[in-house]
Amino acid sequence: MSTYAYYPGCSGLGTSQEYESSTRAVCRALGVKLIDIPDWSCCGSTPAHTVDHLLSSALAARNLALAEDLDAAAVITPCPSCLTNLKVAVHRMSDREFRMQVNKLLDKPVDRSTPVKSVLQVLAEDVGPEAVAEMLPHKPLAGLKLAPYYGCIMNRPPEVMQFDDHENPMAMDNLMAALGAEVLPFPLKVECCGASYGVARKDIVAKLSGKLLQAAEDLGAHAVVTACPLCQMNLDLRQGQASSAMGHKFQLPVFYYTQLIGLALGVPQSELGLSKLCVNPRLALDAMHAAQAEKRELEARKEADKKTPKAKAA
Amino acid sequence: MEVVDIHASCDHEFIAKVEEESEQKVRLCYQCGNCTAGCPYTFVYDIPVSQVMRLVQAGQKERLLSCKSIWLCATCESCTTRCPNEIDVARIMDVLRHMARREGYVAEKNVKMFWDTFLDSVEKHGRVFEMGLLATYVAKTGRFWTDMELGPKILPKGKLSFKPHEIQGKDKVAEIFKRFREMQQ
Ligand code: SF4
Ligand code: SF4
Repeated sequence: MSTYAYYPGCSGLGTSQEYESSTRAVCRALGVKLIDIPDWSCCGSTPAHTVDHLLSSALAARNLALAEDLDAAAVITPCPSCLTNLKVAVHRMSDREFRMQVNKLLDKPVDRSTPVKSVLQVLAEDVGPEAVAEMLPHKPLAGLKLAPYYGCIMNRPPEVMQFDDHENPMAMDNLMAALGAEVLPFPLKVECCGASYGVARKDIVAKLSGKLLQAAEDLGAHAVVTACPLCQMNLDLRQGQASSAMGHKFQLPVFYYTQLIGLALGVPQSELGLSKLCVNPRLALDAMHAAQAEKRELEARKEADKKTPKAKAA
Repeated sequence: MEVVDIHASCDHEFIAKVEEESEQKVRLCYQCGNCTAGCPYTFVYDIPVSQVMRLVQAGQKERLLSCKSIWLCATCESCTTRCPNEIDVARIMDVLRHMARREGYVAEKNVKMFWDTFLDSVEKHGRVFEMGLLATYVAKTGRFWTDMELGPKILPKGKLSFKPHEIQGKDKVAEIFKRFREMQQ
């Protein structure tokens, strides 16, 4: 397996610590080697591109330039927002003129065109759900009903992101199914959750996240599973605000997909960070264990039924 | 209803500028409405995104730069992905925001304030300092109670650091901002 230059992103140091630690643990367990980009800086996220595309690309590109020294197969990041900024920068810098402009803002110029991928893409394509399924033939997540939520920008626009399907992505679905989870056909997979408007316009986030939670609940999901720090925060931390907006009390745990893979692989609690989630994940895990117990009982009864007639005959 | 006389008030220079900065041909929009149909933010927009496109075609600079929609667009890329004429609509929304900033229009003050505070934090520390960002935003907008109910939910989780994550290269990051400003002049 190749080595990857890892870009954690700012939220990994704060509000999405559990995503960060579970991502590292899962990569280690699956043999994906990460080298941190030394002294990485913020990619500028949404605020930068709303000011100017050159500034935004330069903030992202400083990290691409630092990654060049690592000689890795690709720069990878868990955060879709960072991913977008890094990928758009690479995309636009294929124009020589634009690249020169960006380099004028940087101390260390960008020389090469490094491929940029999400950690999800690496786990889905370079590791693959088949390999994960082989490692865990006992299907540890059986009975867990999940609504997989990708958020708006992991796969869009397709010309830039070049990963999975832009209307119906399946990478996370397939990984979760490989672990035995029941993955529901979630129709709002790529709808926006309200993005970074939580602070300035929380009414927007409450409404849009409320719609997502409602759809997941209507499908009978035990939990939502996401790959985005902002989506996770909007759906989990702001679930109370969404409940008020929708006039309906939600209690739906919102996992990072890496937490669930980690759980299946037996990663220690300290690295999974399940206790950092706001909506108690027990709700979903208890439902999963109950479903597993029920299935075992059913099988035991079938087995017993098979034996009983014989016993009678004898 | 506001009546727009598109011949009397058409700013051709504005159209050319939007096309140049976004590298998109706005005249390709034939008003199918696909972008608006998929836009999750229409419920808070004062001008739906397909109408933004129409108003760009009609050179309605003032109306567009002073609208709320351009500050509320989340760049979710639904419009860009679904436009049958391959127009990067989200990029046009971005370019309109850039123009509005440069010309001093701000229809959603708190949104702009949040973004600016975020970038100030990056310029200062090299990475965004979430707690500091919130504190500064609250101080600047005076909206102290904005997210108070979330405090008890998030603070015990120990996720928000009270110290910024300074990096060695923070001066280099500050330089990017500085050089960018010089280039703008
Ligand atoms: S989807 Fe494209 S062509 Fe249709 S209205 Fe929107 S911008 Fe115009
Ligand atoms: S990018 Fe902006 S305008 Fe386009 S669909 Fe998303 S929110 Fe609406």
